[in-house]
Amino acid sequence: MATLQFREAILAGIDEEMARDERVFIMGEEVAEYNGAYKVTEGLLEKYGFKRVIDTPISELGFAGIGVGAAMNGLRPIVEFMTFNFAVLAADQIINHASKARYMLGGQLSCPVVFRGPNASAGQLGATHSVAYDSMYAHFPGLTVIYPSEPDDAKGLIKSAIRSEDPVLFMESEQMYGMKGEVSDAEDYIIPIGKAKVKRQGDDVTVVATGKMVHVVKQAAVELAKNGVEVELIDPMTIKPLDMETILTSVKKTNRCVVVDEAHPFGGVAAEVGFLIQREAFDYLDAPVQRVTLPDVNAPFSKKLFDLWFPDAKQVVEAVNAVTYRG
Amino acid sequence: MATKHKDIIFAPVGIDPTKNGKATGAASGKQSPLEKSVDLPAPTAANHKEAGLSKAQLHTMYEQIYLQRRFEERAMQMYQKGKFGGFLHLYIGQEAVSTGTVHALNDDDDIITAYRDHGWGLVRGVTPNEGMAELFGKATGCSKGKGGSMHFASVENHFWGGYGIVGGHIPIGGGIAFANKYQQNGRVTTCFFGDGAVDQGALHETLNICQLWKLPCIFVVENNGYSMGTAARRHTVNEIHERAKGYGMKSAIINGMDLFSVYKEMKAIADDVRKTSEPWFVEIRTYRYRGHSMSDPQKYRTKEELAEYQKIDPLEKLRGYLLENKLMTEKAVKDLEAKIDQQVLDAIDFAEESPFPENEALFEDMYAGEPYFHDKGNFES
Ligand SMILES: Cc1ncc(C[n+]2csc(CCOP(=O)(O)OP(=O)(O)O)c2C)c(N)n1
Ligand SMILES: [Mg+2]
Repeated sequence: MATLQFREAILAGIDEEMARDERVFIMGEEVAEYNGAYKVTEGLLEKYGFKRVIDTPISELGFAGIGVGAAMNGLRPIVEFMTFNFAVLAADQIINHASKARYMLGGQLSCPVVFRGPNASAGQLGATHSVAYDSMYAHFPGLTVIYPSEPDDAKGLIKSAIRSEDPVLFMESEQMYGMKGEVSDAEDYIIPIGKAKVKRQGDDVTVVATGKMVHVVKQAAVELAKNGVEVELIDPMTIKPLDMETILTSVKKTNRCVVVDEAHPFGGVAAEVGFLIQREAFDYLDAPVQRVTLPDVNAPFSKKLFDLWFPDAKQVVEAVNAVTYRG
Repeated sequence: MATKHKDIIFAPVGIDPTKNGKATGAASGKQSPLEKSVDLPAPTAANHKEAGLSKAQLHTMYEQIYLQRRFEERAMQMYQKGKFGGFLHLYIGQEAVSTGTVHALNDDDDIITAYRDHGWGLVRGVTPNEGMAELFGKATGCSKGKGGSMHFASVENHFWGGYGIVGGHIPIGGGIAFANKYQQNGRVTTCFFGDGAVDQGALHETLNICQLWKLPCIFVVENNGYSMGTAARRHTVNEIHERAKGYGMKSAIINGMDLFSVYKEMKAIADDVRKTSEPWFVEIRTYRYRGHSMSDPQKYRTKEELAEYQKIDPLEKLRGYLLENKLMTEKAVKDLEAKIDQQVLDAIDFAEESPFPENEALFEDMYAGEPYFHDKGNFES
């Protein structure tokens, strides 16, 4: 085991895949000479040169599409977005092209491209820089959406993402980049796409969370444990395909569930997980499934409003209290 | 014959990777295509009268330039003290562009810009108090603390605000011009954005439509030489102002470190737009003295380069001009500066003392009509 920051873990995964496969290259804004806006690509230019580590203009639609075309034509592009908020400009290429090309052409081609970058809020950056896009992309057939929460998962999953034959959205977080964790140093460490992890064992309530929210739930779990409530924390890690089996197994044990999602409530991961639990585990539930999400409101700048807007451990505790019929 | 692998690079050819793309060796010997000119065009030779500026206007201009500079220097200190968070992109060095432009325009002509917007706000209706309070996220800010640094605005003064998605506001500038033409109100729209935004598809779609429909809009690239850490020569091909050619659009290139040049040329352009309802594409060359934002180590440029521009600082230059030509006494300049220094300090006090928005404000300003918030009950429980 080595202790790595989240950013270093992603970098290690990318580096290993670039070393292993000549077809892998990375492009995006400030990824090369500046070493990455968040230093995820630090040192790659020096190691692999301008052929495989490529600075792009601020042309998200253009370079995302170049990634799609290059993927169709035999390469394995990693397209970095400075944040997924800017990938909105490239949505046409991701949604209309990457996700559909194989199907439309009757399976004649593959599109093994990875779109990656930070997702969701990074603090007080205002309405246009704070949106969580994981469930939006998960809506579309043909896309894989990964949103890890810890360095070890990030490393194993970025490697799987790069090896995937189909387009993958790999989501990170500005606020997790500096977070440290133990990372396996097993050779060629791979975590399969579509498998959830139980991040904390408990008998009283299942809490499902991905990305940054995993850490919010961990905080809440510490609080709840003081009052004798043991949380079982499930991190799906992959939003799509979603590992409902692991979630349902836990719910059938705890009989209660809270889903924590750093997205707006309408049609998000929380809605989807909640629906499937009621359909698949209805008879096991001792309380309606609850969710903690953002409100249905844009991100405010002001610190005070931001704190109110952003899901926190207190809201998780309250939701757990609600499903356990406590205080 | 296939090119050897080591020869393939996806970056301008002939560059030294350690010098942010500056040409080296053979390529630097002669003007290679990647040596994009960031050279400043010669400033106007006109004195203020010849440029059409009165003494009173010069005084106002000095006041405005000094205010923008002071406001941002203090804002930076407040940021470093941890008084507020988020992004802070400073306009310092580029103030001749905002100051010259607002004087070249009528007060009801429209202005829209990107996130580097404090200067624009301060010359177009955002008071120092409202500006500082916005940075602090206070209810008394120009955007009620909901926008922060990137979203200064004073719509009643035809300043439509700063926007944070690079290139996102360019079509909106076209749309504001569309509405002006539709309503035949004679207003001219000016849309400002950085050199980095030139690379966005939105610009090209908008230029084509605006030329096609003859929309009264001036698209202005504030080319400060860098898009974050990327020098213009590394992110965009050819000369920026020449983009206009492809659209048959009128274009100009202006020295953005020189206030009189900005004023004189923007005025002529605005007059032309008002008369013909034809759009313009203008490249104003300028320079930002500070980093892209507060977290930028600025390894991509040299101190010498910065010093070159500081030698022609628009604030110093105007102060010098006022004194040399006896348009203001040393004392009057000092008094004016002291007044503004105090105004900015007062703005900080105002921001500090102002209340944060009420909790209810989180749900305000989402809709004009009856608001709808999906599953709000759950949020309140
Ligand atoms: C669509 C989009 N992509 C990327 C960014 C991140 N970003 C913010 S500013 C910036 C550089 C823009 O440079 P330029 O247009 O030259 O303006 P300047 O900062 O020099 O004023 C980048 C890449 C963004 N805000 N929006
Ligand atoms: Mg720039």
